[in-house]
Amino acid sequence: MYPNKVIRPCVAGLAIFGIAIADARADRPAELIRLVRQDCGSCHGLTLQGGLGPALTPAALRDRPPEALFVAILHGRTGTPMPPFRGILDETDARWIVAKLLAGFPQEAH
Amino acid sequence: MAHRMLALLCMMLFTLAVGATPPLRGSGDLGLVIERGSGSVRIVDTTRQLEIGRVTGLGDLSHASAVFSRDQRYAYVFGRDGGLSKIDLLAGTLVKRILQAGNAIGGAISQDGRLVVAQNYEPGGIKAFDAETLEQVADVPASYGSEGKRSKVVGLADLPGQRFAYALFDAGEIRVTDLSDPAQPKTAVYPAGKQPYDGLVTPDGRYYIAGLFGEDGLALLDTWQPQLGVRKILAGYGKGETPLPVYKMPHLRGWSIAGNRAYLPAIGHHEVLVVDTRSWQEVGRIAVKSQPVFVMARPDGREVWVNFAFPDNSWVQVIDTLSDTVVETLQPGKAVLHMEFTPRGEAIWISSRDDNTVTVYDTARHAPLKTLGVDSPSGVFFSARAARIGF
Ligand code: HEC
Repeated sequence: MYPNKVIRPCVAGLAIFGIAIADARADRPAELIRLVRQDCGSCHGLTLQGGLGPALTPAALRDRPPEALFVAILHGRTGTPMPPFRGILDETDARWIVAKLLAGFPQEAH
Repeated sequence: MAHRMLALLCMMLFTLAVGATPPLRGSGDLGLVIERGSGSVRIVDTTRQLEIGRVTGLGDLSHASAVFSRDQRYAYVFGRDGGLSKIDLLAGTLVKRILQAGNAIGGAISQDGRLVVAQNYEPGGIKAFDAETLEQVADVPASYGSEGKRSKVVGLADLPGQRFAYALFDAGEIRVTDLSDPAQPKTAVYPAGKQPYDGLVTPDGRYYIAGLFGEDGLALLDTWQPQLGVRKILAGYGKGETPLPVYKMPHLRGWSIAGNRAYLPAIGHHEVLVVDTRSWQEVGRIAVKSQPVFVMARPDGREVWVNFAFPDNSWVQVIDTLSDTVVETLQPGKAVLHMEFTPRGEAIWISSRDDNTVTVYDTARHAPLKTLGVDSPSGVFFSARAARIGF
């Protein structure tokens, strides 16, 4: 048994830590929307209708297995300009982006 | 003295008489800043360093660029969505807007200023328009292979003699189309290398260079002796090193040339490559902060300013061309997308998309002079481009 004195600050610390994590993730969708619209947009278009890279609209991606899109985002496509985003995006981010692309990617809040 | 008084009096009376009419002014020191997100442009005065107008309703400007009429009064803005808009810089109005393609990537203006030419991804090819009316006068598809496929077109640049050079991303070619008779375009084809991503013509209009994404090297065509075909320059520049990811494609234009040297962005290597423009041999490499996007020589050629791809796009570095070393590292703002020198280079305007600012830097001191608020700014284009071959 740990004395109460030790546990309490510890729990409090964890709680704060937990909230901090939750907050960071809470801001993540807005960051990802901006990143996809602006920085993926430099190749796929701000409206994701395509540019040097193909369109990333629900219609364009309809027949694509989500896993292939997930892999393309994290590992890129060798021999094409599609760069690997691992290191910038983690698997949770990439999964979130794929789901949103397939459903119709959200607009940036202005 | 009496004369002068009289002249002054006349001027005052004239000013009173014209009333609401704006005073006469030139447009050689004006420019445009593209507002990427809102489909609008700000018209700026580069002498007084302020905004003098705004034109809205220009569609998707996510990869927009502009060329200028040779009287420097009109700007032609090419939007990503295929929009081509003619803007009156003096009146601050939209003169005309057409939708000429599904997906476009920029354009050029002919030597005589009569033709505005757009380069398109979808449908792949170039189209020419009457600069006065924006009526289409020519359509030149970038067809290749035997199945009638069309390639994305990149790197369009005007050449003397109403000719236009450009590159085909999917077909790996450089093409030169002669539009002296727009009803009968004549196109010559030169195999160039894997995946050209952009191109430039030297300020004298002689050499066309396409940057290649798919191989280490650039493709050079001497347009004075095109029968010699394309020559590879800087071949194998990345030899032995694993290429780094390229999160944004670099841009090429005649601004790369400083004196007898060209300063070119490497692809997948955090370097600026220096090549002698007489021998086209590599003469140096300069390590820089990240993947270079714009590598721009100050008009006098003494300095070269460089910005970088995501995620290092808040930095700008300055290279001194005597020592070929980085002499300054600046942080003008978040997501620096573009830079433009004033015609003689005493100042450079730098757009920072995520800070919603355009910062004017003094190029002698490398210090900011002024900051303008602009909504998600990307390209900055000054009317002095009207007088430059390849702009
Ligand atoms: C430097 C240019 C560039 C950037 C930046 C870029 N892409 Fe791509 N992307 C491409 C190209 C080119 C392709 C086509 C690859 C091919 O031919 O298979 C592609 C393909 C894809 C595909 C596969 C589409 C399909 O139909 O199979 C997805 C998904 C994708 N990109 C997502 C993204 C996301 C998300 C980002 C930003 C995090 C991004 N891309 C940034 C150039 C780019």
